[in-house]
Amino acid sequence: MAIKSVAVIGAGVMGASIAAHVANAGCKVLLLDIVKPGAANRNAIAEGAIEKLRKMDPAPLMGSKAVRLITPGNIEDDLGKLAEVDWIVEAVIERLDIKQDLYRKLDAVRKAGSVLSSNTSTIPLKELTAGLPDSICQDFCITHFFNPPRYMRLLEVVGGPKTRPEALAAISKFADLALGKSVVMCNDTPGFIANRIGSYWIQSAMVLALEHGLEIEEADVIMGKPLGFPSTGIFGLLDLVGIDLGPHVNASLARLLPSTDAFHAMNRDTAMINTMIAQGYTGNKGKGGFYRSARGADGKRQKSALNLKAAAAGTLEWRPAMKPEFAEVKEAREDLKKLLGAGSKAGKYAWGVVGRVLAYAASLVPEIATDIADIDEAMRLGYTWKFGPFELIDMLGAAWVAKNLASLNIAVPPLLAKIGDGKFYTDAGQYTLEGKYKPIRRPEGVILLEDFKRGKKPVLGNKNASVWDIGDGVLCFEMHAQVRGVMRNMIDGDTIALIEKTTALVAKSYKALVIYDDVLREQPQKTNFSQGANIGLVQLAANIRMWGTIEKGTKQGQAAYLGLRYAPFPVVAAPVGLALGGGCELLLHADHVQAYAESYIGLVEVGVGLIPGWGGCATMLTRWQHAKEMPKGPMPAVGRVFEMISTATVSKSAAEAKELMFLKPSDGITMNRYRLLADAKAKALELAANYTAPEAKPLQLPGASGRVGLKMAVEGFHKRGIATDHDVTVSDHLAMVLTGGTADIVDVLGEKDVMDLESQAFMALIRTKESLARIKSIVDTGRPLRN
Amino acid sequence: MTNVVIVGYARSAFVPAKKGSFARVRPDELAAEVVRALITRTGVKPEDIEDVITGCAFPEAEQGFNVARLISLLADLPISAAGQTVNRFCGSSMSSIHIAAGAIGMNAGEVFVCVGIESMSRIPMGGYNPMPSPALYAKFPAAYMGMGDTAENVATRWQITRAEQEAFAVASHQKAAAAQKAGRLADEIVPVSNGKMMVTQDECIRADTSAEALAGLKPAFSQNGTVTAGTSSPLTDGASAVLVCAEDYAVKHGLPMLARIKSIAVAGCAPDIMGIGPVAASRKAMARAGITSKDLSVVELNEAFASQAMACMKDLELDPAIVNFDGGAIALGHPLGATGARITGKAAAVLQREGGKYALATQCIGGGQGIATVLEAI
Repeated sequence: MAIKSVAVIGAGVMGASIAAHVANAGCKVLLLDIVKPGAANRNAIAEGAIEKLRKMDPAPLMGSKAVRLITPGNIEDDLGKLAEVDWIVEAVIERLDIKQDLYRKLDAVRKAGSVLSSNTSTIPLKELTAGLPDSICQDFCITHFFNPPRYMRLLEVVGGPKTRPEALAAISKFADLALGKSVVMCNDTPGFIANRIGSYWIQSAMVLALEHGLEIEEADVIMGKPLGFPSTGIFGLLDLVGIDLGPHVNASLARLLPSTDAFHAMNRDTAMINTMIAQGYTGNKGKGGFYRSARGADGKRQKSALNLKAAAAGTLEWRPAMKPEFAEVKEAREDLKKLLGAGSKAGKYAWGVVGRVLAYAASLVPEIATDIADIDEAMRLGYTWKFGPFELIDMLGAAWVAKNLASLNIAVPPLLAKIGDGKFYTDAGQYTLEGKYKPIRRPEGVILLEDFKRGKKPVLGNKNASVWDIGDGVLCFEMHAQVRGVMRNMIDGDTIALIEKTTALVAKSYKALVIYDDVLREQPQKTNFSQGANIGLVQLAANIRMWGTIEKGTKQGQAAYLGLRYAPFPVVAAPVGLALGGGCELLLHADHVQAYAESYIGLVEVGVGLIPGWGGCATMLTRWQHAKEMPKGPMPAVGRVFEMISTATVSKSAAEAKELMFLKPSDGITMNRYRLLADAKAKALELAANYTAPEAKPLQLPGASGRVGLKMAVEGFHKRGIATDHDVTVSDHLAMVLTGGTADIVDVLGEKDVMDLESQAFMALIRTKESLARIKSIVDTGRPLRN
Repeated sequence: MTNVVIVGYARSAFVPAKKGSFARVRPDELAAEVVRALITRTGVKPEDIEDVITGCAFPEAEQGFNVARLISLLADLPISAAGQTVNRFCGSSMSSIHIAAGAIGMNAGEVFVCVGIESMSRIPMGGYNPMPSPALYAKFPAAYMGMGDTAENVATRWQITRAEQEAFAVASHQKAAAAQKAGRLADEIVPVSNGKMMVTQDECIRADTSAEALAGLKPAFSQNGTVTAGTSSPLTDGASAVLVCAEDYAVKHGLPMLARIKSIAVAGCAPDIMGIGPVAASRKAMARAGITSKDLSVVELNEAFASQAMACMKDLELDPAIVNFDGGAIALGHPLGATGARITGKAAAVLQREGGKYALATQCIGGGQGIATVLEAI
């Protein structure tokens, strides 16, 4: 059975956000809640939840169309509609009696063979189904989403002994392909995988911070980025997710776990948390939490931090936040052992937490999962750890971990004892309790670039990018250009030269080209497909007035991009995360873009006082002018593109990128990060079958008359203080390009004409001291300058 | 010359553009509903209609194709009724009435339907293809000056403070809210369906607005200016229609008569203070009627902006008590092309309601103009 329609019962934050994500997948969804007593509008709760979805940050909805797929209703009048639904997700309050009563009601009306699942995080499946008829049990499972459902890629699925395998298969397939989730099958044990280990990690980190006498900033600097944990650290993370959330999950774990479980020893010190919750300090969503931010007398925001010792004693007081530094934390970049093995205050704390968590995770195989890869995946995607616990053990060495557990008085778990000084992951796969290796389970159809890299050398390459043979006559152009240790994939002359070389090679010996970066460990939201041209290099050249070099760079970039566009083979670009400026233009020139759903695309050059110079203006004008739904005449497309570029608009999703036409209507969106390369390659091969290069489309631009219209609009913004002086200058140059320069309305222009204007405007702006000041600000501080 | 009378006046509800109930309603269809109701309410014989004259500030897209003719056909008027579209920006539909009056005076017809429309949701102010003349812009940029900037200029030159503008805006909302509450607006509003519901009420009026609330708004057009969104008329969707007939015809057919058109005028003024346009136009019209502002009992003065409305009142020495009895455009809204017919029809209706001898309807026009109509009680 394929899932085509979904209902979510319970329009709280999780229920509504799950419904939103189902809508993001283009699927109709019914969102039902109770009838509010005494309310005139019987759908008030569900309708209110949908209204809230539009305003929530981070946005649960992708693009403006998804919300229309959500139909609000109530469980008194609309249960009949469930007869049409393939999957019902229950996301109501965590009370067994209420849930079971609801299941019975749902069972009376739902479609035969439809799947019923609970989003519970605290009630085991065996309790949920106790006493329920087989008709429910066979179609029932737990589908545990992580908050926020749009962004968190983990879905834990728990089936019961009576659950039909087809039901689980249908849910898994839909969650994988449509919702983009990585599905991890879990045993019916308390907290499943991620919360079981994650809660233990959070509790240990909090309790041990108190025990070791650390301030919260100290704990967060240690228990964050250096170990591959979220960069917020523990206390920052609690503020982010809500301090009131933990006690519910902890209480349920405390109730359900056997008294021998290590969790109990760490489930302490809730008095501080209770005081904070009681006083409304629930974190970012409340009055603040461990950290607070307020405007000082000078109007600047000042961060303050909770005094942990006083808080543990029952008094909440905040003091100005500090920025602690530990040498061993810095050294951990090279080798984690330098932090975890240091006998210092920071080291003892770090090992106290990490040692416990690694031992706990190792002790839970096979109780919570048979495959260690599932545990690692759950922690990576459910808690945004960069490395799962078994990957961390491999990095430290299993024997080193086992040896050092003695300092914590923890017995070495059997799995860890068994592996000795071996690795949990090798080319043969993952380690099992039987002491053997087995392949890592991978959903059908997923291909990863690392498969093609293993044991091979790139076909072409330099420091910025590599070109890999991904089989079937397709090459993959992978950017890996770092700036200060961050993979920003900024494009410079070397990248452009490699693009040209690759174009020649594919034309000669291959069928198609895919442009894709393989950075699976980064969260997609924090990934950079490419942040655009390397303006640091542009700045260097400008500082010594090498205008000729800069001009050559713009022309060479244009030529390379046009070379890709009109090459005799298809080019498919597959972005994840940010594609800005020259990175966006790379997409604009591709035959097809297969974008990961979390792609943030935009032409942001005005931020550095420039305009798009590698065809961004020309391609966007062409797209908007030839769009069917645009009003006639030369101005609407010009006005729209002018507005987008002059305000540096960046799409907040691939769906929104389509609305903004950074993506064409025919471009594809892949919801599952793991499937992006496979989808891109398949599209490249499909296009290669009968490929002819595209033909350039003509442009009719308004010339000087249209420019006056744009100028007047900009002057209005300037008067209102919205546009700065230099914004006006940059806009003037942008208007010159977009209106076609000296062209008249009766002239027919080609995109090359507009690209020539782009070069002229780019060169004029780069010579202004104001644009150079903007570039300097971005290069030096990462922050835009408003001048 | 033949006397000209206003026989009937009707309009749709005026609602905020984009957010209001008519955002998804085509302006031609909206206007057709108003025309249909006007014909029914007045009881005029449709076959006697000479022309349907429609004022529209941006006659393109759904307001294009000589929309007057299309409204006539949509409203099922006889094929024999002709149609023309008039553009004088905000003065468009008052010009429609003037054209009708002139034709009747020339004995070129007896019955005219004068319509005004504007969907500011669906056709942007400035149109879809604004392409100003570079030569004129270089020589005389004020020709294209934004309306908000002209309102700032008027505020500065006539020394009208922000607080005064805000007090004026609050009064406009209070008068409109009181009129709405008392049902004085319901008589003129034609209920029109938007596909989901019948829209029967104006949606721009803010009964609860206050000087304090308005004082918190940011200047809308100039960083250091005094004009805010609260002291400007909102972008609005709406349609209006006035039935203009020869007096003899109305008498002969027993039609109700609201007022007689006594005189009309238009006048140009400097574009950068376009809001002062009503002063010259009203002076001309009153001179042609042989009256002064002291003879007026009712004035409908369009409130494009509080600053310009107040400046005009100062210069014309108008008694605030007789201006905009039921609120003005700041509260009711200003669907550009539809406002002229509204304020002329409204002035006629209020003159009949409140009593008195003369009424004045006048408004400013972008690009630097004013237009005025003097009405006389029957």
